[in-house]
Amino acid sequence: MSAAVFAGARPLWAGVRRVDPLGAVLVATGSAALLLLPFVVFKANRIVPGNARALSEVLPAWQTLGCDAALLLAAVAALWIPAARLRLALALVAVGAVALAAGAAGDALTPPGDAVVRIAPGGAFWVLMVCLGLLATDATTRLRPGPGLRVLFLIATLAAAGLAISYGLFDHLSVMREYAVNAARFAREVRQHLKLAFGSLGAALVVGLPLGVLCHRVPALRPGILGTLNVIQTIPAIALFGILMAPLGALAAALPLADRLGIRGIGAAPAVVALFLYSLLPIVANTVAGLKRVSRAAVEAAHGMGMTDWQVLTSVELWLALPVILTGIRVVLVQNIGMVTVAALIGGGGLGAFVFQGIGQTAIDLVLLGAIPIVTLAFSAALTLDALVESLDRVRAEGR
Amino acid sequence: MISVENLSKIYGTTTVVDGVSLAIKRNSITAIVGTSGSGKSTLLRMINRLVEPSSGRVLIDGQDTRAEPAYLLRRRIGYVIQGHGLFPHRTVAENIATVPRLLKWEAPRIAARVRELLEVFQLEPARYADALPHQLSGGEQQRVGVARALAAEPGVLLMDEPFGALDPIIRDKAQEDLLAIQRRFGTTVVVVTHDMEEAFRLADHVAVMSAGKLLQYDRPAVLLRRPADAFVSRLTGLADRAIRLLSLVTAGEAALPGTTDGPTVAASVSLREALSELLWCGAQSARVVDADGAVRGQLTVEAILARGRP
Repeated sequence: MSAAVFAGARPLWAGVRRVDPLGAVLVATGSAALLLLPFVVFKANRIVPGNARALSEVLPAWQTLGCDAALLLAAVAALWIPAARLRLALALVAVGAVALAAGAAGDALTPPGDAVVRIAPGGAFWVLMVCLGLLATDATTRLRPGPGLRVLFLIATLAAAGLAISYGLFDHLSVMREYAVNAARFAREVRQHLKLAFGSLGAALVVGLPLGVLCHRVPALRPGILGTLNVIQTIPAIALFGILMAPLGALAAALPLADRLGIRGIGAAPAVVALFLYSLLPIVANTVAGLKRVSRAAVEAAHGMGMTDWQVLTSVELWLALPVILTGIRVVLVQNIGMVTVAALIGGGGLGAFVFQGIGQTAIDLVLLGAIPIVTLAFSAALTLDALVESLDRVRAEGR
Repeated sequence: MISVENLSKIYGTTTVVDGVSLAIKRNSITAIVGTSGSGKSTLLRMINRLVEPSSGRVLIDGQDTRAEPAYLLRRRIGYVIQGHGLFPHRTVAENIATVPRLLKWEAPRIAARVRELLEVFQLEPARYADALPHQLSGGEQQRVGVARALAAEPGVLLMDEPFGALDPIIRDKAQEDLLAIQRRFGTTVVVVTHDMEEAFRLADHVAVMSAGKLLQYDRPAVLLRRPADAFVSRLTGLADRAIRLLSLVTAGEAALPGTTDGPTVAASVSLREALSELLWCGAQSARVVDADGAVRGQLTVEAILARGRP
């Protein structure tokens, strides 16, 4: 009898008393950051070290209290609420509150008409964003959304951030100040960044897919081709740029046409060539692995029914290998978006230009102007391609 | 009419098929049997040139199969393999439409043919047309595999161990369906199997292969009564050859005039099953009735036993 009562009472007790382990870590980290680190940093100009300001010193009391309340709710959710939807909602509300508070602090600390002072989000802001981001990600994972929903969620998040930025909510924060100065160049570098990342991926597909098919059809070639690509993969990026400078420079000197097309020892050409070479291994290896897992019976039946070799390859083999090949494309795309950053070192342009310029000037805000979009691009590409692979694999999971 | 003339396949120094000749009649079912490694699959695959012969030739209706590119030849020949080989990324309807699409049939004609085949194979179109292969049971997948092979109305259907992966009850049904469909479409069927029971049940003629050579090519009853050599008699089942003979004849074919008050057997069952029924009932004679219940005659134990002698 007493056992039954105890068992019946259990969900209520368990819900309140059992503390979520991940939630505990996140709450502890967030609280420590809030106590020990500055929320915003005031700098007289973009280079000098700043001094810390707490939220309560900067904002009207009701805004500070609002932000604190949102954080408190998120902490309660993180510790004790097992319902994933509620955790996600409260985490997102807190993300919004922290972002708005930082934006408002920027507005409050900037003297009217001043373009020299810099208000940068401080350590507490970044730690809180990471903790809340992890809380939201964990809640999303527990909800197990389908691939379509995940992409929708990504679009909604990007749209919300974009809307807040274009509305001017963060205009007085340091990164947006750097953006305001570099707006025209920013658009150009984003385009250049994407051009380099997707261009080298495209070239790798044009060469890598046939190479993968060849490796599959002629097993004798496999160790040689994959071994060579493996060796290329181990050369550090900077070294590969250096290795490519000499032959491409010589080519430009010998052929005026190559020079006019932009093929030179420095600039975009060696960057694209290096990224292309790095991209080949994942594409070729995944094409081979994907073709290997195609049902032999399906291929035999396809031949037996009178498909030509080309038809068997394009309408059966490559289709069935597609999820694995897409996984390779995902690896390459995320890898390229990151590595294009280094291309700025040899004059290749892209968002890395801001990063290295910022490092040179010890202007951390300029570094962030390059780094934040790079991380966003890489993350979006990974999430979108993962969703695509999963939606394809769902159809075929049991079909092998 | 398929005539296989002195066909050989040699890989390096190994002769897989060795000078096989046989003539397969139109609208018949021929089974190629043998132990594994006997070359029976290779022989079948040389008919649609999935394997190119080293020497000899195959004529279908008098035309050499090498007269056209292999892929065009194969579009005129149905092909079914063990494990069905359905395309996992295509629906049942798309799978069945494979060859008609390769032949560039008009869309309405393809749709009508797919529908007809689904109905023939008892796969309700509304439920199965848009299903993916992995959503089907093993027996249903196998039926779709056969339907796909028959889609473009081929004159010849080649089957390589088509029912090998099915459990006994589904296999029994699949064999029954194949016989019904062969009668309906008049297709010439060549089936490779290692299951003698299956060969005797389906085939008008059986070709026995061993070590690449054709040992005997005859009607099942001849194979049992006059095996060419010890291997054939062992493969066809020396111990129960009399019982196997009984399974080749139906009660309707063996029925004698007159009637009796013994148990009733259907005209379509084999003498083997009729005898079993008589043993079970302890009766000496049975009445043979049609599907519509009309009495066709009678069968006695003695008359049945007489059919099992050499």
